[in-house]
Amino acid sequence: MKQFIEGSMAVSQSVKLCRPNVIAAYPITPQTHIVEFLAQIVANGELKTEFINVESEFGAASVVLGASAVGARAYSATTAQGLLLMAEVLYNIAGMRLPMVITIANRAISAPINIWNDHSDAVVIRDAGIIMLFAEDAQELMDIHPQAYKIAENQEVSLPVTVNMDGFILTHCFEPVDMLSQKQVDDFLPPFKPVVKLDVDKPVTMGLLAEPTWYMETRYKLKETMEDSKAIIEATANEFKKLTGRYYGGLIDTYRMEDAETAFVAMGSLVGTLKDVVDTLRAKGEKVGILKIRSFRPFPYEKIREVCANLKQLVIFDKSYSLGLGTILQEELRGCFYRQKHQPLVSGFVVGLGGRDIPPESLIECYKKAQKGEITNEFVDIRLDVVGR
Amino acid sequence: MAEQTKSRKQKPPITESLLTSGHRACAGCGEALGAKLVMDAAGSNTMVATSTGCLEVFSTPYPESAWRMPWIHSLFENSSAVACGMEAGLRALGKREGTNIIAQGGDGGTADIGIGCLSGMLERNQQVLYVCYDNEAYMNTGVQRSGLTPFGTHTTTSPSGKVSFGNPLPKKPLLQIVAAHNIPYACSATVGFPNDVQLKVKKCLKEEGATFMHLHVPCPLGWVYKTEETIEIARLAVFTGLFPIIEMKWGEVVRVRKITKERRPVEDYLKPQGRYRHLFVSAESKKEIEKIQAIADANIKKFGLVD
Repeated sequence: MKQFIEGSMAVSQSVKLCRPNVIAAYPITPQTHIVEFLAQIVANGELKTEFINVESEFGAASVVLGASAVGARAYSATTAQGLLLMAEVLYNIAGMRLPMVITIANRAISAPINIWNDHSDAVVIRDAGIIMLFAEDAQELMDIHPQAYKIAENQEVSLPVTVNMDGFILTHCFEPVDMLSQKQVDDFLPPFKPVVKLDVDKPVTMGLLAEPTWYMETRYKLKETMEDSKAIIEATANEFKKLTGRYYGGLIDTYRMEDAETAFVAMGSLVGTLKDVVDTLRAKGEKVGILKIRSFRPFPYEKIREVCANLKQLVIFDKSYSLGLGTILQEELRGCFYRQKHQPLVSGFVVGLGGRDIPPESLIECYKKAQKGEITNEFVDIRLDVVGR
Repeated sequence: MAEQTKSRKQKPPITESLLTSGHRACAGCGEALGAKLVMDAAGSNTMVATSTGCLEVFSTPYPESAWRMPWIHSLFENSSAVACGMEAGLRALGKREGTNIIAQGGDGGTADIGIGCLSGMLERNQQVLYVCYDNEAYMNTGVQRSGLTPFGTHTTTSPSGKVSFGNPLPKKPLLQIVAAHNIPYACSATVGFPNDVQLKVKKCLKEEGATFMHLHVPCPLGWVYKTEETIEIARLAVFTGLFPIIEMKWGEVVRVRKITKERRPVEDYLKPQGRYRHLFVSAESKKEIEKIQAIADANIKKFGLVD
């Protein structure tokens, strides 16, 4: 059944169907509707869960940590400043191998204060050992949360998964969404069986001190697990496809890449805009397609090389920038092709920081520029009169 | 027969404590003693969340653990929130009944960096006992000043010197701050009186809601006294009025430990401790002792410690 709903509502309805035992809610840095909708769902008696209003995102992440440690399915949502405040706990959750799902409404980081969309927040936790998936539209948000829990709780993985969604563009926009049924989700997502948990009948110590003789091995195991999770992310997406017929890619997805010479690369809702751009360019005879990065961590090097085997060039659109280095997605894609036989040209553009609109015309302009030669770290639609250049 | 001989040769367990011996705490550690008293009073149907600090470091160097109970350490400032998550998780899974949940941390982890999460736990009145082991500085990292370091104390970040008599700020009134959240029960206790600690832990765990224990635990390393003097020093803190033993219900003081007969001047407490050595050097420094005496007198008056 299709409903015309807000992206945040798609998330909260999807989370509800996953039957979380504990939800920790701190909605305000800055705010999204996700936990508000969940609060109402709980207040209406539609979901039996422990809904804990906490005093900060730091507290929210700590509460879901404790809940997961006793074997409860836990959920929280955050964004921007809140994610940064959570960051210390998120690293800890990953290091302790505690499965849970956290939705991140991606937004810019202060200063200057700005509540609009980009990916500056998400990239801050990219090295934490957290699986990071990026959703494209409201339908994917409905469908990705059961997948996220299934991946997180897979005993071979046992890690936190974040579902990233573009702030405002996805959180606050209404779209028609084919709703999942409780039966569909129950069939797809088995109850949470943790590898290890706190239990008075079987006492364990969690969160021990690892001296230099042990610490590196824990990081090594995390590294291995991140690698292994790639196959599980793919398999989970395929299983979901069998159940519903809907598929958004596993680690990556492609659009009109059959005979493409150029691929646009992006994450999140920008992929939707790019599909229109590709259709326009294709109509004019340009051989262009899209490589969508769905899993930012683990980063799908192998898959990317596979689909880029015959490409002349990549045109990458980043909504984040590593100051002092360059655009992050671009840097990582360049790494993909180092010492490979086939090395496409790589151009990187910075778009949409702090919610700056990204019109299709600007993207077409980037395509044209990149046709003439490699472009690195160009800020698209920057106001030259303001920056004084 | 051989079996019997073998079993006879086996050493009996040194302790049945839930915090076993053999951990890496210093000799004379007040915190290790305090934690042992708390855990054994709580019993084996207890889960524990512990903040980063001495207690965590000395008890759980991988692959060893001194805890014979479900125990978790996450970070410095969140043991209260982690415990709340455990509490909520168990409730949601229908396993809450019959299990005690204790959150614990040192003075820094509780009164400084962790006070936000602690306040959230108290406000929600979740059924968790929080124990603050107060050794009055960041001992694990090398004796730095915390919000619970008393006035006039030498620490590595509030050192005494030519123009300093140590920590210039008074000890934060933690118990009152906690009790102001209007929780069913909050108390102070000291390892100087072990039975009292255990009775109060049992009291705490009977309450339906958040409870709190401010437990004074002398530290021979940071306070610079002889390791065998922990209990005596702990008692002197009480007898001088510097660490009042109080019980509070719903924000009101309901009981205090009187020191009418045992009352002592603060010098008796300060003198044996190296952290107050700088107060015993000149006429000027003696004035600082008078200020500390005034703090003790104010405590005695405020809580009616002397009849």
